[in-house]
Amino acid sequence: MIIYDFLYNLVYSLFQSALVSNIVAMTICAALPLIFVLTFVLWAVLAERKVSAWMQDRVGPNRTGPHGILQTVADLIKLLQKEDIVASENDRPLFNIAPVLVFSGSYVVFAVLPFSFAFIGSNIDLGLIFLVAASGFVVPGILMAGWSSNNKYSLLGAMRSAAQIVSYEIPTLLVLVTIIMITGTTNLRTLSEMQTGYFWNWMIFGGPGLSAAKFLFIPFMFIGFIILYISTLAEVNRTPFDIPEAESELVSGFHTEYSGMKFAMFFLSEYANMFAVSALVSAVFLGGYQSPFGYIGNLIHVTWLVPIEQFFWFAFKGVFFVLVQMWLRWTLPRLRVDQLMALCWKYLIPIAFVNLIIVGLITVL
Amino acid sequence: MAIKTEEMVLNMGPQHPSTHGVLRLELVLEGEIIQKVTPHIGYLHRCFEKHCEAMTYPQIVPYTDRMDYLAAMGNELGYAVAVEKLLGIELPPRVEYIRVIMAELQRIASHLVAIGTYGADIGAMTPFLFAFRDREVVLNLFEITCGARMLYNYIWPGGLSHDLHPDFVRLTREFCTYFKPKIVEMNNLLSTNRIFIERTANVGILPLETAINYGITGPMLRGSGFKWDLRKDDPYSVYDKFDFDIPVGTGKHGTVGDCWDRYDVRIKEMEESVKIVEQALDQLPEGDVTSAIPKRIKPVVGSVYARVENPRGELGYFIVSTGGTSPFRLKVRGPSFVNLGIMDVLCKNHMVADVIAILGSVDIVLGEVDR
Repeated sequence: MIIYDFLYNLVYSLFQSALVSNIVAMTICAALPLIFVLTFVLWAVLAERKVSAWMQDRVGPNRTGPHGILQTVADLIKLLQKEDIVASENDRPLFNIAPVLVFSGSYVVFAVLPFSFAFIGSNIDLGLIFLVAASGFVVPGILMAGWSSNNKYSLLGAMRSAAQIVSYEIPTLLVLVTIIMITGTTNLRTLSEMQTGYFWNWMIFGGPGLSAAKFLFIPFMFIGFIILYISTLAEVNRTPFDIPEAESELVSGFHTEYSGMKFAMFFLSEYANMFAVSALVSAVFLGGYQSPFGYIGNLIHVTWLVPIEQFFWFAFKGVFFVLVQMWLRWTLPRLRVDQLMALCWKYLIPIAFVNLIIVGLITVL
Repeated sequence: MAIKTEEMVLNMGPQHPSTHGVLRLELVLEGEIIQKVTPHIGYLHRCFEKHCEAMTYPQIVPYTDRMDYLAAMGNELGYAVAVEKLLGIELPPRVEYIRVIMAELQRIASHLVAIGTYGADIGAMTPFLFAFRDREVVLNLFEITCGARMLYNYIWPGGLSHDLHPDFVRLTREFCTYFKPKIVEMNNLLSTNRIFIERTANVGILPLETAINYGITGPMLRGSGFKWDLRKDDPYSVYDKFDFDIPVGTGKHGTVGDCWDRYDVRIKEMEESVKIVEQALDQLPEGDVTSAIPKRIKPVVGSVYARVENPRGELGYFIVSTGGTSPFRLKVRGPSFVNLGIMDVLCKNHMVADVIAILGSVDIVLGEVDR
């Protein structure tokens, strides 16, 4: 919380009031991830369209600004101007609150993501658990949206979505428990700090140190990494698991009836979620904000450069996994509901369990 | 304790992204399981058959284009074959060869749409755009031939509206060499994709006997394992001069007659069509294409039924003439219409997502269903 302390001291020197400095520093710290999320979403929506265009032999958006880079901004302005339609048969209070709930569910996750050593919204010891719990927060929002829309497609989409997110949290947690067992911490910053140094200290390469156990861990860490990536993909409803909004079957699932900014909220939370789970995967397995090979700041003895480099690496890893998500989306078809559940309950959960037990045995030995 | 449950009636379409036009499916659901499917048609009804009774024979040609608008050349060919049979005209060989080339190119274009939209129905957008990219090349070939890309008015009773463009043969050969690797690409991207196979194999199984009882034709019938293709079994035009295979469903990834087989038959038919086009280009004779066109079509009293193998199945024209310049009655047997009738049988006890997969594999064009 170096940034928090810095802001606190700065404001304190101006106003000499602990309360004011607390409030100001808190607000700025809470708003910083929002700025990051909004910039990321602006970039990611454009990237999605460009990536899909490249993959499909098309040009993609190229009219708004040079190479179409202002396309998302234009879309945003369009969405802002749109009429906010609430049909007469909608359950109004639920209909209005659902997008807010969904977005806060995905935004609150950013509170515990370690952007760098110097900045983590809230450095709580239960970070990992909090992250999983908070991401489950979107489920009631989606159910509300589906139910209150008074549309059969929305309802089907919402039911599918809830079932899917709840099921896939189990393999996610099982993999995270494996990690907790090895590292003994659920604090995301401590977890990232443990993986400092070079990339062979990352959890996917068996974690820090050079014991025999490290080498035994490596295959199981790779299995865990793949399970975690698949199940987080399902949790954010991306292809091949995008059945809640399967546009060829359910039109757009739970947000069919939404327009304007409420629709934008769902959209925003989808992309924020994409980054959040990518960041989770990289924080747990790929060293979080740690550089794979030392820091330039340390090399030239400019210590304030290190957190900035760490932020760069954090964003880089997150964005990399987001790009993989896009790549998968534009390559793979979509699974059916029962196949999705079968994948989770018949394959991922048993494998994750066996993985957990084996890693547990190695840890005990 | 029994919980009281209620069946849900879900209206799919006519405004729905995957009903391939303005089809309305009335689904009775138990949870996500289909109990009953009732297709409701008629949203695109344009009284084609009635219109024809007030039109002279050549005037009907553009109307046939608008039935199965993804296979307009095939529709024109069927109509031309029927009228020529009624009149008893002999055609110059060049006309027949050009007609075969056009019909086969049209089959490729039509199957590309079928396969591409099928991929999109299953959830993969990229194959859809790849298919449309390749279809574009075929449409360009049609454009240099007759100026139109979808509704051609090219094949007339007794001949063709124009001869080929001087570049046509070269460009078509280029297309054939361009297109063969693209089929392999499509197979790699979609046909052998594990998720795609999971979604289509053993889904919507159509047993051969049911298919015959329902009068199913085209790739659907062949997908059920029956080698029936009018190009071989009741040859028209000059199809008996070419060497090609009739692909049938093999049940490679599931049961014979499932959605994957129907999809696979279409892929293989495109390969066969390329073969036919190449052979026809090699043998293409010289000659005049308009010489046999009658000045005035006034058939004797009588009736005729002629049928051709369209991309979607058997397209039949039944024409009754009372000796006038326009038909007394013109009845079309549209393959899409007949094939659509089997939806309820195929969808029973499947899930909502499977309805989309099955409807895509039936491959209907609403212009022909409603006419």
